[in-house]
Amino acid sequence: METLITILIGVLVTVAVYLLLSRNLIRVILGSAILSHAIHLLIMTMGGLKKGDAPLLGENSNSYTDALPQALILTAIVISFAVTAFLLVLAYRIYKETGTDNLNELRGFNDE
Amino acid sequence: MKINDVILRTVTRIVVFIILTFGVELFLSGHNEPGGGFIGGLVLSSAFVLLYLVHDLEWVQKGIPFDFKKIAALGVLLAVGSGIGSVLFGGNFLEQATGVFTLPVFGETSLYSVSIFEAGVALTVVGVVVTIILSISEDV
Amino acid sequence: MIILLAILTPFLAATFIPALYKRFPSRHIGWFVMLVPLALFILLASFVPSIAGGAKYTYEFKWIDSAGINITTYLDGLSMIFGLLITGVGSLVILYSIYYLSERESLGRFYVYLLMFMGAMLGVVFSDNLMVLYVFWELTSISSFFLIAFWYHRKQSRYGAKKSLLITVSGGVAMLAGFLILHALTGSFSIREITSTIGQYTDDKLFVYAMILVLIGAFTKSAQFPFHIWLPDAMEAPTPVSAYLHSATMVKAGIYLVARCTPLFGGEALWFYLVSGVGLFTLFWGALNAVRQTDLKALLAYSTISQLGLIMSLLGIGSAALQEIGQVNTFIFTGAAFAGLFHLINHSTFKGALFMVVGIVDHELGTRDIRRLGGLIAFMPLTFTISVIGSFSMAGLPPFNGFLSKELFFESVANLIDSNVFSIGAWGTVFPVIAWVASVFTFIYCMIIVFKTFMGKPKSERIDQGAHEPPLGMHIAPLILSALVLGIFFFPNLVGSYLLKPAMASIYPMFEGVEGLVPHISVWHGFKLPLLMTIGVVVLGTVLYLTLPRWKWVFSLGPMRWNLDALYNGILMKSEKTSHLVTSKYMTGHLRDYFAYIFLFFIIVIGGGLYWIGGFPFDFSDDAPITLNEYIIVASMAIAAIFILFAKSRTTAILLNGVLGYSIAILFVVLRAPDLALTQIVVETVTTVLFLVCFYFLPDWKKETASKPTKFINALIAILVGTIVTVFALVVQGNPLFDSISVYFEDAYNLANGLNIVNTILGDFRAFDTMLEVVVLFIAGIGVFTLIKLKSGKGEKDIED
Repeated sequence: METLITILIGVLVTVAVYLLLSRNLIRVILGSAILSHAIHLLIMTMGGLKKGDAPLLGENSNSYTDALPQALILTAIVISFAVTAFLLVLAYRIYKETGTDNLNELRGFNDE
Repeated sequence: MKINDVILRTVTRIVVFIILTFGVELFLSGHNEPGGGFIGGLVLSSAFVLLYLVHDLEWVQKGIPFDFKKIAALGVLLAVGSGIGSVLFGGNFLEQATGVFTLPVFGETSLYSVSIFEAGVALTVVGVVVTIILSISEDV
Repeated sequence: MIILLAILTPFLAATFIPALYKRFPSRHIGWFVMLVPLALFILLASFVPSIAGGAKYTYEFKWIDSAGINITTYLDGLSMIFGLLITGVGSLVILYSIYYLSERESLGRFYVYLLMFMGAMLGVVFSDNLMVLYVFWELTSISSFFLIAFWYHRKQSRYGAKKSLLITVSGGVAMLAGFLILHALTGSFSIREITSTIGQYTDDKLFVYAMILVLIGAFTKSAQFPFHIWLPDAMEAPTPVSAYLHSATMVKAGIYLVARCTPLFGGEALWFYLVSGVGLFTLFWGALNAVRQTDLKALLAYSTISQLGLIMSLLGIGSAALQEIGQVNTFIFTGAAFAGLFHLINHSTFKGALFMVVGIVDHELGTRDIRRLGGLIAFMPLTFTISVIGSFSMAGLPPFNGFLSKELFFESVANLIDSNVFSIGAWGTVFPVIAWVASVFTFIYCMIIVFKTFMGKPKSERIDQGAHEPPLGMHIAPLILSALVLGIFFFPNLVGSYLLKPAMASIYPMFEGVEGLVPHISVWHGFKLPLLMTIGVVVLGTVLYLTLPRWKWVFSLGPMRWNLDALYNGILMKSEKTSHLVTSKYMTGHLRDYFAYIFLFFIIVIGGGLYWIGGFPFDFSDDAPITLNEYIIVASMAIAAIFILFAKSRTTAILLNGVLGYSIAILFVVLRAPDLALTQIVVETVTTVLFLVCFYFLPDWKKETASKPTKFINALIAILVGTIVTVFALVVQGNPLFDSISVYFEDAYNLANGLNIVNTILGDFRAFDTMLEVVVLFIAGIGVFTLIKLKSGKGEKDIED
């Protein structure tokens, strides 16, 4: 299971990196969203998969899966949502101000 | 964005209440069952987002006259304040406490100070998510 | 405790200023500000009797205890003098500012900076911990930066502010290095502890470096040669600021540091020669350059440099006392330190008054150029009187306090002649000679201030028309200072026994209470060498002043043209150019390139590292079994991901991304993470909605137009990164180095009364993380809101370039 998920992570990272290297702003944002999916899975996999029951003590199980990665991912999901939202709005504002979403045309000022 | 869809609107009104109830339930059960501040807050905000999508902005703002930015700020204050509160009671910053009380109707009830913290988290999530969606849709 | 509060009070008051200023945008806000230093002055003054009796007050507030960094306040004689100067002169300067600054200026900003400076400066002198001292030290540099650049629309102000910041902060960093060496040697950050144990380390070769580095800090702050060049440019600040920061307090922080470190480093020959030598040369160089200035404030700046040099050299001479413990001539040297401290107080009084006089002239006439001034005595008699008192005191004439300290100064340098301290030999004669020559020039520029400005014929039409005395309020502060100038002359021993005696005990802790440490200051002590020297200064100075036009050519001689400013500008220009050249080489402005740098670095370091360790020790034995439906989920995810790359429209892409998100939620269910699954579903929904709402406004994406080679390189980078991540993750999984710490959290019910472990981690164990996360979320929300709502105006137009 771990190996399978890790290969999936590799695919996701590849796609994400390729999108990040694009010159279209929306593709870049999409890339960052996919990259965060991949990383969530990576954190999850690092803690070992299906090693026990869900980390709810009410289940009265003998062993539980590692709860720490889950807590980390929960935090990461919310943060990556905030980042995606911020990037989207940034793209929207940039488009409104400059009329382009092509990063090659967004290079700032030469004299700075 | 005006959508003239009677069925969707009617269904939404009912569904929103189900989602809201579900969100509150998730929030309250968080300490022992799946759920908690983040999830509760997200579910609640998705209910609001649904309302905004189906009805127009003015309609909803009449019904829910909150400033969601202030709700988010209140949430942060609550989260940080609950941490400072424990310092005032001589604990460490953000140290949480639990007490079991016997209340008249509910019988034996556990009260957690962490609930205040979680409420702060939930309010922030609701406030921020709705603020984000609203400010984009408002800016036409 | 009360001293810690005293340090914090100005900062607290500063936070109220903006709100207060918004409601009362009037100059009278200054009265409120003035209460702060005035109250602190009275508070500190109430400690004077007990400090004079030998008491010391310490209070420790634990800050970073494990690193030995605690906020320890220490009130003794030395810090008392500085504390009184900071608060006393501070009150007067604010009083003066109330009338000096027009209501059109942004007064709120001005007072916030001023209070910030005051608090920082109090922090410097009351801190016992070197690290805390350093923080406050840099804070004074920063507030000075803000104050110099107060009129930031003027190019000169910005230049001066940047220059002072660069020089004083780099000096501060050197000082920090010195402090760290001291800590490495003694294992303590407390000045008192270091002082008591430093004796064992004086032979360590690091000791000398610590000394030099600390001295660089002190010299840059106190504008000693060759770091003095920032002070004249700092005169672009409003005059009250110059009077306060750049003559009375901040520039004396270096003096404070030298005095405070005398018990540490004093007695070393290097310390003696560096401090007294640099001080003496600065005295001479400053005085010489002051004579040729035509701007009154620049003249005062150079005179400040020179006077600081004087105090510095006296402290340097004073340090020699520590070497000769038990010998007869000890008190010759302690006398020098005594004179230095005495002159420190005197300088603050007369120089403060002079700065305020120049401010008045500038305020009333709109110019401070002595070539355009003259004859003001008829219009401004009171201002003239104050300037006479100030200048004559600076020149070392009776009956003003400058005379007393100048006499003590001459006595101290004259004592060097046959002391043969540190085998000084014949060089001992050089000291008094330089001191005397410098004093002649001091005399000359003092006369220039008085006579060129106030005597002679009015040269500018503006003087004829509208010159008159300023409002009385502007005169109060300089009048108080000149009253002190006179008062100290007549009752010097009051200062001596109440302020200087305990301060001497701080510089020479080992001599505390020894008879003779505090000499009796007398106005008349016979026709001895010092008095003869003063008479010589007056005679030669008068002659040279009268013949000034005839020997002015001296200033165009070779050494006078040494231009440290040009050196500074040159270095700055060069480094700016070079860094611009280097930066523009790789900062292409293409986001794609920056991403490529990051990924290439990742490939080289992580991939290279993997290759270097070699072997790829995979271990799949611990893998969990896979069921068919899991295969299906994973396969569909992989396919969806790859199809995103080929999506024709962005809506397709976003839906495929949704497929990814929801599949991950299903995976979370399979992997026993119900909380995550719930969160992921909702977040994915909201994100998709967000994307769609944004798409409503954004253009559809066009086909990637990049060239074939670029696309190929991008694909190569992407595949390499993906492969390395996979391989690396596999290697890490097969070879865990540490046991999992998660077992601890399984005790959640006993530790945190919760059954949901994930939730207890978020709410109890790692609540701090969660709290900060909420804050981040909130900030992102504010960011989104402002990005959309903010319609920016274009910045201010009146900025010179």
